[in-house]
Amino acid sequence: MKSKTSLILAFETSCDETSVAVIRDGRKVLANEVATQIKSHQRFGGVVPEVASRHHIEQITICLEQALQTAQVDYADLSAVAVTYGPGLVGSLLVGVTAAKTVAWAHHLPLLPVNHIAGHIYAAQFVQPIKFPAMALVVSGGHTELVWMPTENQFEIIGETRDDAVGETYDKVGRTMGLAYPAGPQVDQLAQQGHDTFAFPRAMQDEAGYDFSFSGLKSSFINRVHHAEQVHEQLSQVDLAASFQAAAVDVLVDKTVRALHEYPAQQLILAGGVAANHELRQRLASAVANQVRLVMAPAQFCGDNAAMIGAAGWMLEKHQVRADLDLNANPSLEFERIQLKKH
Amino acid sequence: MKSKEIITHSAAETQQVGEQLAQRLPKGTVILLDGDLGAGKTTFTKGLATGLEIKQLVRSPTFTIMREYHDGRLPLYHMDAYRLENGGGADLGLEEYFDSDGVLVIEWSQWIADLLPADYLRVSLKRADQEDEATRTLTLTAHGTLFVQLVATLKRPADE
Repeated sequence: MKSKTSLILAFETSCDETSVAVIRDGRKVLANEVATQIKSHQRFGGVVPEVASRHHIEQITICLEQALQTAQVDYADLSAVAVTYGPGLVGSLLVGVTAAKTVAWAHHLPLLPVNHIAGHIYAAQFVQPIKFPAMALVVSGGHTELVWMPTENQFEIIGETRDDAVGETYDKVGRTMGLAYPAGPQVDQLAQQGHDTFAFPRAMQDEAGYDFSFSGLKSSFINRVHHAEQVHEQLSQVDLAASFQAAAVDVLVDKTVRALHEYPAQQLILAGGVAANHELRQRLASAVANQVRLVMAPAQFCGDNAAMIGAAGWMLEKHQVRADLDLNANPSLEFERIQLKKH
Repeated sequence: MKSKEIITHSAAETQQVGEQLAQRLPKGTVILLDGDLGAGKTTFTKGLATGLEIKQLVRSPTFTIMREYHDGRLPLYHMDAYRLENGGGADLGLEEYFDSDGVLVIEWSQWIADLLPADYLRVSLKRADQEDEATRTLTLTAHGTLFVQLVATLKRPADE
């Protein structure tokens, strides 16, 4: 049987970004339009309610037209429509879900329901095909998860944060240092010039299992900075950043390496917004060098985007996983959490 | 009584206040949760979840803006407007959660002040002083008429 070219139109509207992409055969990005709400607010110099309230709805048709134009494809060329149906904000998700259903219905195309986190993981496909079994460390503002994939289309959480996500912790620590949102990349930059001198706690490093916790590190950091302010002590910004980053990265790397011992994988995928962090990339690469091939999602596909949804949609298309036209947004969508082996 | 102050001496006590409160909340309740970074807002919300018999792990909603928990006596909607300092709340359809079938908790509600309903319970958490990392002053204030009775009957952890 001759395999037909897969050409997927993908929608992502789970949070701030409105994005539409066209993906060929799961790996080739023909178009990836992203409209960020934050930028649109800046452009209008603050909030213009009439502009803001319809942001996703207005952007989605613009993104759709641009994506088709950039990819130089017509609806008739498409093989399926993929969409993020969770997790995320229900009102935002619904815009993408409704748009995808409309296109699927109007053009008689299969509808592929994509989990947003699967999308982040499948961004790795833009570097090389995923080989199974695979492990993914998904790190972003909203997520910190170790996801085990024994085979394609099987996602199981073996560890996750119990409180704050690592990207969020970066931002809040940055805010305490007076850096502007989003502070993560700036903390990373400062950290590269400093030294780990403050000995912040490495939460849960010694505990069995693969769960993370970052709220203790956040509190410890904030307490140290506030104490210094009270006694008029000057703290080195670069050493603060380096100490925080060392504590956060230590735990992420440690747990991932340990998880790979118990769940040997062909590939380790680093995905999500924090995957762009320099120290995490370097430390993880050297820690697993002899153990597994590390695949890092390309920097431009680390944030939220529809291209990664198209890549994950391609995998669903292959496995003939389809949604009916009554597909609804699921704000709390999660992968299964597997029972860990005895420790 | 419109307002009550409760001193807690540990995260566990802060959680207990949330738990006790949640047991009496009717559906449609809106709670505004105020406090600096690290003041214990998430800890308090974990207590609310326990009081609502929610088994799921309560995690920070800062980046997702909203997390929902549906496995308890009432659904818990945990909203965080931290990232909406420059606006955008109306864009996200957040007002649709205000008349909910459960309990809505909002952190950093000042950034969506123009969207808030008339009746709500404000809970603010303050650290006693910088040297004391564990002690918090919780101030519960009823806005509108709905929560006046509730605030009056709330007990301090030590009284129980």
